Amino acid sequence: MKILAAEEEGGGNVILPHVPEIIVGIIAFAILCFVLMKFVFPRMEETFRARVDEIEGGIKRAEAAQAEANGLLEQYRAQLAEARTEAARIRDEARADAEGIRQDVLAKAREESDRIIAAGREQLAAQRESIVRELRSEVGTLAVDLAGRIVGESLADEARTRGTVDRFINELGAGAGSR
Amino acid sequence: MVEQSAILAEGFPPGVQDFDFESWIPSLRGSEWGLLFTKLTFMVWLAVALLIIYFLVSYRKPQLVPTKKQWLAESIYGFVRKNIAQDVVGKEGLRFAPYLTVLFCFIALTNLFAIIPFFQISPNAHIAFPVVLGVISWLLFIYQGIKKHGAAHYFRVNLFMPGIPWPLYILVTPIELISTFLTRPVTLAVRLFANMFAGHLILLVFTLGGVAMLGSANVFIMGLSVFSFLMAIVMTFFEVMVIFLQAYVFVMLTANYLEGALAEDH
Repeated sequence: MKILAAEEEGGGNVILPHVPEIIVGIIAFAILCFVLMKFVFPRMEETFRARVDEIEGGIKRAEAAQAEANGLLEQYRAQLAEARTEAARIRDEARADAEGIRQDVLAKAREESDRIIAAGREQLAAQRESIVRELRSEVGTLAVDLAGRIVGESLADEARTRGTVDRFINELGAGAGSR
Repeated sequence: MVEQSAILAEGFPPGVQDFDFESWIPSLRGSEWGLLFTKLTFMVWLAVALLIIYFLVSYRKPQLVPTKKQWLAESIYGFVRKNIAQDVVGKEGLRFAPYLTVLFCFIALTNLFAIIPFFQISPNAHIAFPVVLGVISWLLFIYQGIKKHGAAHYFRVNLFMPGIPWPLYILVTPIELISTFLTRPVTLAVRLFANMFAGHLILLVFTLGGVAMLGSANVFIMGLSVFSFLMAIVMTFFEVMVIFLQAYVFVMLTANYLEGALAEDH
């Protein structure tokens, strides 16, 4: 009963589309398509593209950074090697300098010792001279004394009288003065 | 409560009249144009509004590193773009990705109304809406075919397949004409419509049937109504699957037709 009534109202028609619904469907779907296809999905594509660029750019940047780092490393290595040779050179020089200084000091010390030895010798010679001179003056007295003791007391008186001793001393003195 | 269930029970068994909705404008009731403003057209507008708002809001400020919201919107588009536009249509498929995504979202959301409380029916249970979508897909693939190959070449290749002896054309050409150019929009529309129609009907059968059994004088039958409601719940889950499967199938077939229209040789 109810079903029949519904069919009379058009309810039985489920397989034929209603025009008003078609119109609504077209307009609503067109609006949806317009908005989403114009304002949303192109921007998504843009974002996807930007993301790809970003990733590829990142990889490129990383490669560049790696290359730069490698270059720097090479440079540092070269500098390090240079510094090492420089240090070795300085060390050698220092060693050479030290040797030179040692030689100098040795030479000076040797000179000084020579000089001291020479001075000592000179002094020794001078002392010997003066001692010889002293001894010579003493030798006369000693010789007269000795001769007097040997010849005897009498001779002393006679000598005093005759002045032989004076004469002998004068001769001695003249002999020493001429020498 | 008792009165209400009595009214509901009267609706059993459900029939085609359950798919008619009164116009929201009282003066138009009974007239064909009253269908411009019904629960179903409201749902169509609602679906359009929700999709537009959702995508505009979640893609207001796109960032290279997406937020969760942005990622979700992107993955819907990305899914159709990759799995349907690129994989099915092929190289040229990318330019159809936006349309196919709109189609997928629209069908899925309008289908989904079938199981959302207070809506409980999909607009696609009225054949007019699937017909619109089916005809657009039909026009789209024919237009793309003509645009790429030229009308003469496109129809010749499709109707008079090269490489078969000419007498066979008597047999093959009408078949090709019907299968490629006449029935495609109909099958697209009817498939979607029938699924949503039948789904709604099944849910009605089990819920209204349950109510009717509950109102029975026989205690045994009253007890059995539990199983009817249980079945309604099970079928609701089944509906969820059908909803997305049908949206997917519709878009998949549209992509398939596009691929056929754009293919170099047949």
